[in-house]
Amino acid sequence: MDWFYIQGILMLAGINLIAVLGLSLLTGFTGLFSFGHAGFMAIGAYIGALMTVSPTTTPAGLGLPFFVGVIAGGLGAGIVSYFIGRITLNLKGDYFCIATLGFGEAIRLILNNVQIFGGSRGWPGVPYKSTLPAIILVDVVAVLFLANLVRSRHGRNMVAVREEELAAQITGINVFKYKMIALVISAVYAGVAGVFFAHYMTFLQPKMFSLTKSTELTIIVIFGGLGSISGSVLGALILTALPEVLRAFEIWRLVFYGAAVILIMISRPKGLMGGMELSPGGIRKARAERKARLEAQREMKQAQEGEIRNA
Amino acid sequence: MAQFLQQLINGLSIGSVYALMAVGYSLVYSIMNFSNFAHGGVIMLGAYFGFFALTILKFPFVPSFLVATLGTTALAILVERIAYKPLRERKAPFLYFIISAMGASILLENIVIATIGPTFRTYPQIFDRSPITWGPLAIGRLDLLMFFISAFCLIALILFIEKTRIGKAIQAAAYNIKACALMGVNTDRIILIVFGLGGFLAGVAGVFFGMKYTVYPQIGNITTKSFIAAVFGGLGSLPGAVLGSVILGTLETLVAGYLSSQYRDLIAFVILIGVLIFRPSGIMGRSMEDKA
Repeated sequence: MDWFYIQGILMLAGINLIAVLGLSLLTGFTGLFSFGHAGFMAIGAYIGALMTVSPTTTPAGLGLPFFVGVIAGGLGAGIVSYFIGRITLNLKGDYFCIATLGFGEAIRLILNNVQIFGGSRGWPGVPYKSTLPAIILVDVVAVLFLANLVRSRHGRNMVAVREEELAAQITGINVFKYKMIALVISAVYAGVAGVFFAHYMTFLQPKMFSLTKSTELTIIVIFGGLGSISGSVLGALILTALPEVLRAFEIWRLVFYGAAVILIMISRPKGLMGGMELSPGGIRKARAERKARLEAQREMKQAQEGEIRNA
Repeated sequence: MAQFLQQLINGLSIGSVYALMAVGYSLVYSIMNFSNFAHGGVIMLGAYFGFFALTILKFPFVPSFLVATLGTTALAILVERIAYKPLRERKAPFLYFIISAMGASILLENIVIATIGPTFRTYPQIFDRSPITWGPLAIGRLDLLMFFISAFCLIALILFIEKTRIGKAIQAAAYNIKACALMGVNTDRIILIVFGLGGFLAGVAGVFFGMKYTVYPQIGNITTKSFIAAVFGGLGSLPGAVLGSVILGTLETLVAGYLSSQYRDLIAFVILIGVLIFRPSGIMGRSMEDKA
């Protein structure tokens, strides 16, 4: 276990975390499920790589600095998600999930046929630019932005949409607008994650962004707990690092994922952190809730005993 | 013209297998209002059950076929009991069902990868490969059998649902499961029967798919397309699922034949997106209302 190896794992976890945080806003706080965010990662990865690859290796490459790639990748994914949102966010229930699944797969299949990116054979020669400090910096900024957004008026509106769409609409929340904001932000996050991923792997292949990847991101959000940013952080760290620690069980990793998802759904649908936050305020809130619950139980018990005595 | 007819025949034969798969998605959706993504895993295991019955147990074709279909029937019911029943009892929102279904699908696929291995396996040859020719047209014997057995299964299913008492109960549950339970129908049993039926057809589809192509754990690509066919036809509608599958199968072979096989997979997703934009309820589906 040398430092280089650990650093690699941490970088992968950090990259996953960026995408997971975005999805956490969409799924955990706004209540929309996506099975297509690997598609947004792919868009970010390919646009970002297009910006930084030197023109000598790929004719279309621009050879620009890395941060331009990051911004372009995030923006590109955001713009695409806006147009996708325009046509799919009005869909009810299952149909939005199905639509994201369709778009995610369509993006992958289109990339398979784009010859300047090497098609399905893949695209080597992306410069190695992702560094651990840069990833951590982006993670911190991403968490801070999200934490503030969630606590703002806009964040509360999103939670209202998640809890009861119809009621939210009746109280005057523009449901479509808030769904759109959540979708675009989550896509920008996924796009940025894609850029870092591309410049970490130095090789891109549409296969990397399959339905399995999208599902994995969603699973991390659920595992960490819907509606909890710290849950998403823990989820991304644990679920990316765990299979590395248990290298011998690599092929069983996804078996474990599948079983864990079913188990969480049937026993603890709130996930690891479910609506709680690991922050001073969050802990205080959790303790206050626990105290209130215990008190309510005690009162209930006293009332019951009273009833028995009265009888 | 002959080439067009030939493509049409090929399209119908693949479309009929899609239909067997798509009906399973639609049946469950009609009762429980969620997309049972685990269905793809059940189909995949059906292909493996048939394969191992033929090669390791050395059964003849018909008993192997029975082993596969009974196996998938049991498996579909098992998935329902483990992954969905606790959610039903808790009256969980439909999103939990989808996530649980995704989990089950990942679980089934990866158990196969971890135990049997990710390699492609080819079914032993059972039917004569020489096609039946009729003028300039040629039909594979397997394709013909596939088409007739699929058609037979689908007609039997529709008759079962239209004509029998249990079928009536399924229709009633699809219309309104709560009212149906109030009328004294054991809805738990109806759900069991629906999963069993879907599982049975998944077995049939799995074996045929394995015979026509190969068996491998990531068969999910194909089952996703059959799911799209079900959406295309209108989730929850059985005739819709059949129609959607036949159209999708035909379009795919036409695109592969006239444009490029590269775009064959893309057409399904283009159709999916088009349907969702212009008519989310599909060709024959009921329009979805938010029941809030």
